[in-house]
Amino acid sequence: MTIVFWVLAVTTISGGLAAVLLKNTVHCALAVTGAFAGLALLFLQLDAQFAGFAQILVYIGAVAILVVFAILLTRGSETPESGVFSRTWFAGLCIAAGVFAVMAWAILNSVSALPHETVAPDVSVLQIGNALMGRYVLPLEIVALLLTAAMIGAVIVAMHEKGDVK
Amino acid sequence: MVTTVDQIFVILQHWFVGYLPAILQPFAGVLLNVVAIVVTFPALFAIAVLLERKGLGRMQNRIGPNRVGPYGILQPVADGLKSLTKEDIVPFRADGVVHFMAPVVLVVVVFMGFAVLPMGRNMTLVHMDSALLFYFSMGACTELAIFMAGWASRNKYSLLGAMRAVAQMISYEVPLLMSSVAVVMITGSLSLDKIVEAQNHYTWGLPHWYIFTPWGLLGFLMFAVAATAETNRSPFDLPEGESELVAGYFTEYSGFKFAEFFLGEYVGMLSISGLGATLFLGGWSAPLEILGFMPSWFWFFAKIMLSICVFIWLRGTLPRLRQDQLMNFAWKFVLPMTLLNLFVAGLWRFLGDGWVRWVVCSAILVLAYVFVGRAEMHRKHYGPRSYRYAE
Repeated sequence: MTIVFWVLAVTTISGGLAAVLLKNTVHCALAVTGAFAGLALLFLQLDAQFAGFAQILVYIGAVAILVVFAILLTRGSETPESGVFSRTWFAGLCIAAGVFAVMAWAILNSVSALPHETVAPDVSVLQIGNALMGRYVLPLEIVALLLTAAMIGAVIVAMHEKGDVK
Repeated sequence: MVTTVDQIFVILQHWFVGYLPAILQPFAGVLLNVVAIVVTFPALFAIAVLLERKGLGRMQNRIGPNRVGPYGILQPVADGLKSLTKEDIVPFRADGVVHFMAPVVLVVVVFMGFAVLPMGRNMTLVHMDSALLFYFSMGACTELAIFMAGWASRNKYSLLGAMRAVAQMISYEVPLLMSSVAVVMITGSLSLDKIVEAQNHYTWGLPHWYIFTPWGLLGFLMFAVAATAETNRSPFDLPEGESELVAGYFTEYSGFKFAEFFLGEYVGMLSISGLGATLFLGGWSAPLEILGFMPSWFWFFAKIMLSICVFIWLRGTLPRLRQDQLMNFAWKFVLPMTLLNLFVAGLWRFLGDGWVRWVVCSAILVLAYVFVGRAEMHRKHYGPRSYRYAE
């Protein structure tokens, strides 16, 4: 638990909180980007270079841009002064807390279940690539198929039907 | 003597750091490297701007800047002083914080890319296992900075320019990555140092650069197209099309913030040229074996400045594309070609040495290019052009 960790943790959590609490939707999107960046830096601090850079490339480079596009293409960019708060915020809070509790429980249990490594393992990108192309090639292909199906589905949902007036 | 000149910056750095107490040495070494990068590239930026203004002037049959200093060579100094002393105007309705953050984020992110570029033998700031991934993840962040600039200005032109820029950069980022993946496949590493090492061999005095292979040539051409689009340069400069959008996403910026966007654009050009040179043109290796006595950093910077000249030449020559042409070109031509190039790179790897792979790989690529090109031309009904000149 170094100073760097605490700085990153505070950045990430404050970014996440700002994403929920800010009034302007675009500000929320930018705040969540800050949280993504904090997470990526946490990965880097754990010497997980591949995961960290993939996080930046995918989440900041693509997901954040997608979120921003979605906000601007819908009518959400001009928000009322009071901000937008869901009426079911309590249920949302309960679900979030429940998910957090389950994950925290799993992570805390994993400490005793997994062998305790004294030296940090040095995992290179080469090893990750070999694992993805060898042992885990089937899950990788299934994920690829799933994503393709989702994309085609999205296009079909968005497509104008025949005889539909624009 | 040759090694001394080649390693002059490394030696200077060690000499300087040697005077400091041992506890400060690692920190001071890194700091010195960072300062060197942050000083060198803005200096090259000044030279590039002068080259561009002079070169474009010549291409458009005018003289270009010629008032400040002999032949106008001090023009960048005057430009810098002017933008420093100008009033910084922020629109009344603008989103203050985001408006301020956008140019800062852009410049920071653009400079981060240089951390992994090998600028000479032993001249990489950070030796990273996944350097190429780092470079691209930093490049992906520039889109967000541009969006922030366009949105925070509360101006229709800015927002339109930003949306165009982001759409264009996302579309061309895919072929940019895909054309680089071929290099990674052949080298077997994401580390830019290793990519340069793999190309730094000579047969009969000629280099083993990746551009001199069928897949490398196609990859380089596609990389160059995508890089031009990524940096929003002409003919892909729709985001700042001055006849339609004033200046695009930085319409509402003035003074030093405008200068920061300008710096970001040109340093981005220098950086992506450096990456292209590293991936396909052998990085800091000399173009002929007998030229190996010249310092390695000289070749790196020479390659960068040469590609800047090509950028300027393109800007002076080509007209601007339309939005639909831009998207069609990216998704229907550049991306399929880079995907095919991945397949060809795999073939090249497994066909083994000999002339068979040269014939097979070249044939596939040339046939694909001819057929894709023919099909597109046929569908668009392009015929021979007739020009009419003003009498």
